[in-house]
This record gives sequence, C-alpha cells and structure tokens, in this order.
Amino acid sequence: MSATTTRRLGGGHLLQHAVMIVLAAFFLFPLVYMLASSLKEDGAVLAGSDSFDAMLPTPWVGTENYGDAVTRASFGRVFLNSVIISSVIVGLGLVVNSLLGYALARLRFTGRGFLVAVVISLIIIPFEALAVPLLFMSAELGILDTYQVQILPFIANPLFVYLFYTFFLNVPVSLEEAARVDGAGPVRIFWSVVAPLARPAYATMAILGFLFSWGQFLWPVMVTRGVDVRPLPLGIGTFKTTPPVQWGDIMAYAAMMTLPLLVIFLIFQRYFVQGVASSGVKG
Amino acid sequence: MSAETTTKNVPESGIDPARPGRTATGRRRDRARDTWAGWLFSAPGLLLLGLFMIAPFLMAAYFSFTNQRLISPLPTRFVGLDNYTSVLGSSSFWQAFGNNVTFVLVVVPVQTAFALWLAVLVNTKIRGRVIYRTIYFLPVVTVIAAASVVWTLLYNPRGLVNAVMETVTFGAFAPDWLGSTTWALPAIIVTSIWQGVGFQMVILLAALQDVPDQLYEAAEIDGATRWQQFRNVTVPGIRNGLIFVVTVTTILSFRLFDQVWIMPQTPGGPLGSTRTMMLELVETGFGQQQIGAASAIAVTFFVIVLLITIGQRRFVREEGEAS
Repeated sequence: MSATTTRRLGGGHLLQHAVMIVLAAFFLFPLVYMLASSLKEDGAVLAGSDSFDAMLPTPWVGTENYGDAVTRASFGRVFLNSVIISSVIVGLGLVVNSLLGYALARLRFTGRGFLVAVVISLIIIPFEALAVPLLFMSAELGILDTYQVQILPFIANPLFVYLFYTFFLNVPVSLEEAARVDGAGPVRIFWSVVAPLARPAYATMAILGFLFSWGQFLWPVMVTRGVDVRPLPLGIGTFKTTPPVQWGDIMAYAAMMTLPLLVIFLIFQRYFVQGVASSGVKG
Repeated sequence: MSAETTTKNVPESGIDPARPGRTATGRRRDRARDTWAGWLFSAPGLLLLGLFMIAPFLMAAYFSFTNQRLISPLPTRFVGLDNYTSVLGSSSFWQAFGNNVTFVLVVVPVQTAFALWLAVLVNTKIRGRVIYRTIYFLPVVTVIAAASVVWTLLYNPRGLVNAVMETVTFGAFAPDWLGSTTWALPAIIVTSIWQGVGFQMVILLAALQDVPDQLYEAAEIDGATRWQQFRNVTVPGIRNGLIFVVTVTTILSFRLFDQVWIMPQTPGGPLGSTRTMMLELVETGFGQQQIGAASAIAVTFFVIVLLITIGQRRFVREEGEAS
C-alpha cells in the first residue's frame, strides 16, 4: 500500500465502515420510517412506533393511503401547480442568472464593478425580509392567488448570479478569445462557446433552484388561498386540520412530495457534485 | 465589427489569456462592444432584481416609519419611530430573538463540525464512499415541510425517538419533546441539522479535494501525526470553504421558519419557546396585516443579519476574492 493510501485509510477499515454505517442509519431512518408508515394502516402508525415494527410496513395496506392522500389533498392539482411554478422559475432562472453572471465576470463595461458589489450585497438580504412589502406590492397589482406571484420574485437570484460569476471567472478566456478571432460576437460566443462549458454550473443551479422552489412554504402561505394555485408543501396542512389525524395518509403525501426531488437528484447527482467543485461556492 | 482589428493584433496563437499585443484602438472597440453586450446581458437579471429585491427593500424601509396596513380605508400616515419602539419594546420579539440566537449558537458550530467530519469521512478512498455520500446528502433533497411532519411523528411522546431514549436510559428520560418548553427547541435543532448538514458536507468535500496531496506527503515526511495534519494542512487548506459554510449557515439559521410553523402544536409554541423572528414577522404582517410594524421587524432583522455578516467577515479577514 502506498503512503497516500495508508494515510487516507488510516488504521481501521472496518471501524470506519462501522461509523459510516451508523451515520447512514441516522440519515436514512426518518425516510425509511416515512415510507414504511405510508404503506401501513393509519392506526398502526402511531401504535407501532415504539418498537422496531415502526420500520416495517405492517399491517400492509398497499397503496390505500396514497389513494386517500391523492383525493383528500387534491394531489393532482397541487402537484401540477408545483411542477409549473418550479419549472418556470428554474427554466427562466437558468437563462437570466447565467447571462448576468457572465456579463459581470467577462464583459468589461462601465458600472460592472458597482454591479458586482450590488449583487454580492443582495445575497445577504433574506427573502423573508422582503416578503411583507412584496405582499403589499402583489396586493396592489392584483396578482394575489396566481402563478405569477409565486414565480416572478424568484427568477433572478443573487446567489445563483454569484455562482455563475465565480464559475466564469475560473474558466480560461482562451476559448472565447479564439471565437473572437473567428469573428464571433458576444451573443454567439456566449451561446456556442461559454454556455456549453458551463454545464456543471447550470446543473448546480438547476438542482438548487428546484430544491428551493419545490420546498417553498412561507411565501405561498402568504399569497395563496384556494387549492387552485397552491403548491405541494401547503397541502400537508389539509391533513392536520381535518381530524382524526390519518398518519398513514400524511406519510404517503410526504413521500409523494419528496420522491420527485430524490429522482431528479439521483439522475443529476454527478453534475451537481462537479458543479459545486468547480464553482466558487466552496470559496 | 471590431473582429478585424482584434485579429490583426492578437498573436498568432490567438489564445494567449493575457491578451498581449492589443493596440489602443482594438481595446477601445472591444470595450464599446462589451459595453452594449454587458448591459444587454445584464438587463433581464437587473430588472428582476430591482423590481423584486431592491424596490421591496426600499419599501420596507419606508413602511417601517408609517402605519401602513394591508387593506385599510384609513390613509397612511407617518408615525416616526413608533413601530420600532413597539417592536423593540415587546417581550415576544425579544423571546423570538433569544430563540434565534440560541439556535444559531448551537447549529452553526455543531453543523459545521459535523459537516466537516462527514466530508473527511467520505473523502477517504473507502469502498462505497459514493453511496455513503449520497445517503448523507439525501435529507437535503427532502422538502422541509415533509421532513418536519415526519419528525413531528418521531418526536411523539409514544414515538420512535422515545422508544430509543427509554431503552438507552432505562425509562429515565422520555420527554414530550415538542410539547415541552425545554425540549421543543432542541428537538427542532436536531431536525434542522439532520436536514441541512449534507449540503455543507458537499461544499467542504469539494474544498477538501482541492488541497494538494503533496502537502500531506510533506507533512508526513516531517513526521506530523494525523491530527497535526488535519490542524495544519486540512483546516488552512479549506479555509475559504469553511468561511462560506459558516456565513451561509448563520444566515439560514436566522431565517428559521418552516419547522417552527409546522412542528409544534401551535406555531412557535409551547408558550413561545420556539418562536422566531420570522414567525413574529409573518404573524404581524400577514396574520394581523400590519405592514408598518412587520416592516420594522424586517428592517431590524436585516440590520442584525448584516451586522453579523460584516462582523464575521472582519473576524476572518477573508483573503482576496477569486481572481
């Protein structure tokens, strides 16, 4: 074994595996519990939760809870709402934020230094601090209870602009120079040279952006009333307000809300890790 | 287009990143083109940021000095510092502030250290490290609302957490976690760390992988122990990553809302023991529709976060921005 590997592995292989498996159990058990509970009788969820039975889907009721959750919380509707809202935010966000990040990193125009400072200071403004005036603005504009009010404020995001900005700073200029020499204008250069290079940054923003928007809770609570435009996370409230509490249904709903994200993440995981590694996020 | 000028002046390779050999004309032409392209590329982003961040921010500052309400037949009038005095004079605000501070003081160090430990563990060449990394990251990919509900059930007095507690402590310790003024906040802290630590881990992992192997080899030749290597090679090597993680975790911790809204029996309960500044803001601005008072909370909140962020930056004195 080489010196490097010895250092990396340290003494106990087995010990490290043991530690890492215990940690894995800590991160996984609530998710397993959620899935197991979603597949068992409502009454058995709480009754069986003081033993190892909690982790087993018995007594098994198949997808009955899922069916109930779908009808009780108008799952189809709110799911569609979430898909529409999140995809529009992420889709437009990818374009808008990368263009701004690129301009700030690469194009030498007057006022650029100032804009960089503005974007960086915007990162620390928490959305919550803006929620109240935004609520007022939306009420004045008469767009409460619409998709627009849930989409527009989130397309441009200073954190993502910064992510692209630092990513583009670290990309060598040589390719762009070559394209310039060939007579390509800024738009062509961006479209056919820069954007394809930035795939990891786009993947990172897509995943993070999807995570943020899919989980949105505070803002939709404030600006939506009916089920027509409400996103998924708010649906979970439906179960708490109408007793008796059907834990199986709630767990089924929670599982259905989480699964799409898990699938997307597992598919794009590789790009995501690459993106974090190549962007300035890590400092 | 300026491309001709550019071509003439770029050395034959045309790929020198330092762009030497430009004439003044070439540079000026480039500059003019970069200016219109720069503003064109920036316009959509700047417009949206201006409308939905800068404008509302200025509005919040303005409203905080008025008695603005969401819907009201009465005209808005200036009330000076009234909103601030009533916010800063209310005990519920200070209770919320105290809870926020406790949360931050526990979560930031614990979560950062935990994330670093996880990152170091998955950065070894151990078999299955990708699987471990994926599992540790999974809670980040759950929706906070869903995670909060699952944990609420786990914390039930007769739930799984207590089943474990009773076994470990032989029945001596099994509180009603979310129903107790002492244990509700710690319970929410555990849930938050469970949910968030994987994200910090990925960032620190990326930073760890940038630390050159030679540094470790050199340290080893000098006879440094593993702990010394960690202290003197790893930690300085990932300094910027750590700074980023600490800053972001602090800001996010101050924004705590979803968990305290969903997990306790009543939002912020029991008896305000999990009340946070964000909850205070939502209840005032949305619940009671007092835009003026809520804006005062928002501004106060922003100032606190700003001061802390500046303080942290000063404290660590970050070495120059990337390039």
